[in-house]
Amino acid sequence: MSIAITTQFICFTVLSLVVIIGALGVVLLESIVYSAFLLGGVFMSVAGLYLLLNASFVAAAQVLVYVGAVNVLIIFAIMLVNKKEDLKPINDIKSRRVISTSICLTLLSLLIRVDLTNVWSLSSPQNSIGEESTIRIGEHLFSDYLLPFEVASVLLLMAMIGAIVLARRDVMSKDISTGLPVDQELIEKASEPLLTNKN
Amino acid sequence: MEYGLDLEYSFNEFLKGFGLSSEIAHIIWLPLPMLLVLVAAVVGVLVTVWLERKISAAAQQRIGPEYAGALGVLQPIADGLKLLVKEDIIPAKADGILFTAGPILVLVPVILSWLIVPFGQNLLISNVGIGIFLWIALSSIQPIGLLMSGYASNNKYSLLGGLRAAAQSISYEIPLALSVLAIVLMTNSLSTVDIVNQQSGAGILSWNIWRQPVGFIVFWICALAECERLPFDLPEAEEELVAGYQTEYAGMKFALFYLGSYINLILSALLVSILYLGGWGFPIPVELIAKFLNLPINAPFIQVFTASIGIVMTVLKAYLLVFIAILLRWTTPRVRIDQLLDLGWKFLLPISLANLLITAGLKLAFPQFFGG
Repeated sequence: MSIAITTQFICFTVLSLVVIIGALGVVLLESIVYSAFLLGGVFMSVAGLYLLLNASFVAAAQVLVYVGAVNVLIIFAIMLVNKKEDLKPINDIKSRRVISTSICLTLLSLLIRVDLTNVWSLSSPQNSIGEESTIRIGEHLFSDYLLPFEVASVLLLMAMIGAIVLARRDVMSKDISTGLPVDQELIEKASEPLLTNKN
Repeated sequence: MEYGLDLEYSFNEFLKGFGLSSEIAHIIWLPLPMLLVLVAAVVGVLVTVWLERKISAAAQQRIGPEYAGALGVLQPIADGLKLLVKEDIIPAKADGILFTAGPILVLVPVILSWLIVPFGQNLLISNVGIGIFLWIALSSIQPIGLLMSGYASNNKYSLLGGLRAAAQSISYEIPLALSVLAIVLMTNSLSTVDIVNQQSGAGILSWNIWRQPVGFIVFWICALAECERLPFDLPEAEEELVAGYQTEYAGMKFALFYLGSYINLILSALLVSILYLGGWGFPIPVELIAKFLNLPINAPFIQVFTASIGIVMTVLKAYLLVFIAILLRWTTPRVRIDQLLDLGWKFLLPISLANLLITAGLKLAFPQFFGG
């Protein structure tokens, strides 16, 4: 076995172990902060796996989107609402755990079946595009995948407008969660700079 | 235009002369550039720290460090040694694992980003195809480390500092990436070597700063904000937050933050000089000088000369920008958090979007000037 293949094998083993153990940690750990940080580790290792597959652009995009944006926002949200309170004990926790475990195992068996039945070998393994893949991805995004790409962007825009509407209560006449009319005075007070009416 | 020194090739050939196989030669080669980057980054930090002390002293009409070596040049080394031998304190109520992992997560992506900084045609660690995109992706990891150390310190100032750092980093990453995108649009490539080569046509006249003046300013402001330098040093605003996420840190862990911020500053300056100021290019093209002196461009002497000029030019441009950053730090007041976010989201983001759009239009209209 040549040195390159050995290195690749070691990297693959380490990355896979990190992904599996990290993902288990995300689900099983009690502390939500640890879970969030481990999730970042899992995302990074998945990016490493992409790198091993010669898909450097996808790996960098994975780091940028999942680690740099999604995971940072998750941690941000956790820390903004970090209340030190104990979770209420749930009575039927055992049955819930059994149900969720069985659902997860069903999904796992489905994935294993896909893995076993699919033909994974490429028609021409020599035809690896490597560094050129960035250009190919761009070409596909603007030709045959244009519609999904644009639909995804519209969806993200809708989500963003929705988030802004939820965050800025003053554009609405009544509270979304309770249905009560919004206290307009409170909103105006909050939107005024604090220092202007001091003197 | 494939000229210049290829150190890796010559080194491998040299080792093969001793009867080693090419694989073993490659393995012996591998750690050398990594070591070189670490040394270059640390020496760069030492120089920057000395500059910062001297320039801030000059700005405030003091003398600055004077007794450690001539003109105080050994002062940064003394600082580093002091931090090395200091006691490493982890607060009793802090979260030990996250407290230790935080500074590492801040420093490692910054050093990894040096992978793509070219000092010459072949004088970079790796000419990866995704080039500058790798830097954008890696710099997005940093906020996790800041949030981690802010949370693990178990201190409200640290937490607030960490949250501010993450918010600032996320806001300024978008205009930064958009202004890089305008350059990439003109180059047709993400690779930093291609970006510099694209600017090498007519010396100083073909540098990107003339074609992308708006992008240059947006990029520089965003780079300063990403480095958390004044006027954007809100995460560690002394008067409000003690020292932000660094409050509880001491000894080597504090030194990691310190190193990280200065390496990041130098890296940003290097990238500005690569993206907008022609990288290793001399203001007058070297080919012209060689032709003027009647020397063949492939002569070994000219190649060594070109390579050394390249390194000198890159470092010179970067340190000019570091000088401007230091002057800015000691002459401007700090912005408020709402002003910072206003500037990022309501001014820089629309401007960089418009810049991208106009660049795309100009590229279609004048393909010979804006990259075909």
